[in-house]
Amino acid sequence: MRAKRDHALVFWLFLAPVLFAFVMVLVVPFVLGFWYSFTSWSSDARDLSGIHFRGLSNYVVSLKDPAFLYSFLITSGYTLVNMVVVNVVSFGLALLVTSRLKGRNFFRAGFFVPNLIGGLILGYVWQFIFNSAIPELGVFFGIKAWADPNNLMLARSFPALIAIVIAGTWQYAGYIMMIYVAAIENVPVELHEAAQIDGAGPFRRLVAITLPMASQAFTITLFLTLVNSFKQFDVNISLTAGGPSTIFMGKPIFGTELLAMNIYNTAFRSDYLAEGQARAVIFFVVLAIVATIQVYANKKREIEL
Amino acid sequence: MNKKNGAHGIILFVIAAAILVIFLFPFWMVLINSSKGPFEITNDPLGLPTRWGELPGNIAKIWTSPNIQYQSSFFSSIVVTAGSLLLLNLLSAQAAWALVRTHSKASTLVFTAFVAAMVIPFQIVMFPLLSWFRAITQLTGIPLLRSFQGILLAYVGFGMSQSIFMFHGFIKSIPLELEEAATIDGCSRAGIFWRIVFPILKPIQATVLVLNGIWIWNDYLLPLLVLGKGNEIMTIPLAISNFAGAYVKQWDLIMTAILMAMVPVVIFFLFAQKAIIKGMVAGSIK
Repeated sequence: MRAKRDHALVFWLFLAPVLFAFVMVLVVPFVLGFWYSFTSWSSDARDLSGIHFRGLSNYVVSLKDPAFLYSFLITSGYTLVNMVVVNVVSFGLALLVTSRLKGRNFFRAGFFVPNLIGGLILGYVWQFIFNSAIPELGVFFGIKAWADPNNLMLARSFPALIAIVIAGTWQYAGYIMMIYVAAIENVPVELHEAAQIDGAGPFRRLVAITLPMASQAFTITLFLTLVNSFKQFDVNISLTAGGPSTIFMGKPIFGTELLAMNIYNTAFRSDYLAEGQARAVIFFVVLAIVATIQVYANKKREIEL
Repeated sequence: MNKKNGAHGIILFVIAAAILVIFLFPFWMVLINSSKGPFEITNDPLGLPTRWGELPGNIAKIWTSPNIQYQSSFFSSIVVTAGSLLLLNLLSAQAAWALVRTHSKASTLVFTAFVAAMVIPFQIVMFPLLSWFRAITQLTGIPLLRSFQGILLAYVGFGMSQSIFMFHGFIKSIPLELEEAATIDGCSRAGIFWRIVFPILKPIQATVLVLNGIWIWNDYLLPLLVLGKGNEIMTIPLAISNFAGAYVKQWDLIMTAILMAMVPVVIFFLFAQKAIIKGMVAGSIK
């Protein structure tokens, strides 16, 4: 009896600190956040006493705002392109460093290093590369398109978004590569040998053996790249800061302002805290739905294979 | 056959080396441009610096810059990262053990809640977190914004779900007999965890530390909100962004600041490379 009481006591004692942090940092703000999104919450009316209920108006205003719709559009496009690019590059690198390559471990570490550099810092580095190094490289190699100052990638919205993809891929590919490496190395050698004896070439073996055997890894990598691309903020801030401006639905807006940045700017730059919160709720709901569908579809595909 | 393999190997190596050059090019840019003055960096961003002697001067400028507060920022980054890692490691491990070894409705419910919380993006809680922290401070007098205790609490809250999840999976695979034997020997409940179980958790602790370490050291948005730019406590990413914002065009100094932020991390990586790579991969697959 004493032992049982002791067990229960230790259970709650051991859980107490994390439960405290959980409630303080996640539960209360999460619930408050939903409430705030329906109110007039702003920096003038921060306390619970000063705000009043506004119904769905924050959501309606947000969904009518061209800047928010535009952010949604480019974030979806960015996420899609980034997922494809990061995964194709990572898988290619993984194949390379699991082949009979001399100095494999050295290359693995080399491709992985950028992952240690935070998004904010690497954004500045790439800003310098796109603005200063690329034109010089253009002169050096005689590539006119690169050398022309009117062609700077960060000077126009669409190429600037591609620039975020490039910087993001540079950072993330080594990490995703490592996940693929683990999956590829888990494929039994016998499978490859048997297929080789049956006359299957490298490409056939890749399609028939490696890809299906790595399907669990694809579920993970696609989920990780989806969530990370959709939440992109740090690189966005330091590489383009949302610029250059563009026109959308007749309104001048930031040309590379992804969703996370739009939420942040709405809340702080424009000082519409409640509206920023409503956008965060929309962001959460969309991300949760897309991520769930994606994991569900991938799990189904995994079983079929 | 052998000859073909040889040629094949050389081609693979050349491809890999070419890609590696592209991957390391940004690091190279930071290194060479940290040793240039404002003129040289604009005129010749690609070339080797005319004088490597410029580097110590640039480092001294960053070292004493009031905008970057390098020494205090570095110190703050260490405190925030090390403190969060220590707390996350100890608290998540003991919580995960309690959850695995207790079969009750409460235990299942708490674990489910933690797992569910992993899908919550930071964006939806970040604004209310600030007003909630402010309210707590007004109520208790304990500052949570712009303070170490506040950001440590935040990192424990945001990092615990994944850490507990990883510990949980590992502890499930530890045979119960070990703990039962210790009970018979008269070891207390808490003693069993700290003396028997915790030391066994070393491999998964390494994973948890690496994953959380890279995240917290580089994190920008959470410190930006909880600590703020230009205040007494700044982490390295905050300081760099504060500095880059103040001197938009001083690329030579920005590069030096970035170099000084990168070097400790890269050195750490060179020493702990195996553990880091293993930890990152293990963490993602769990």
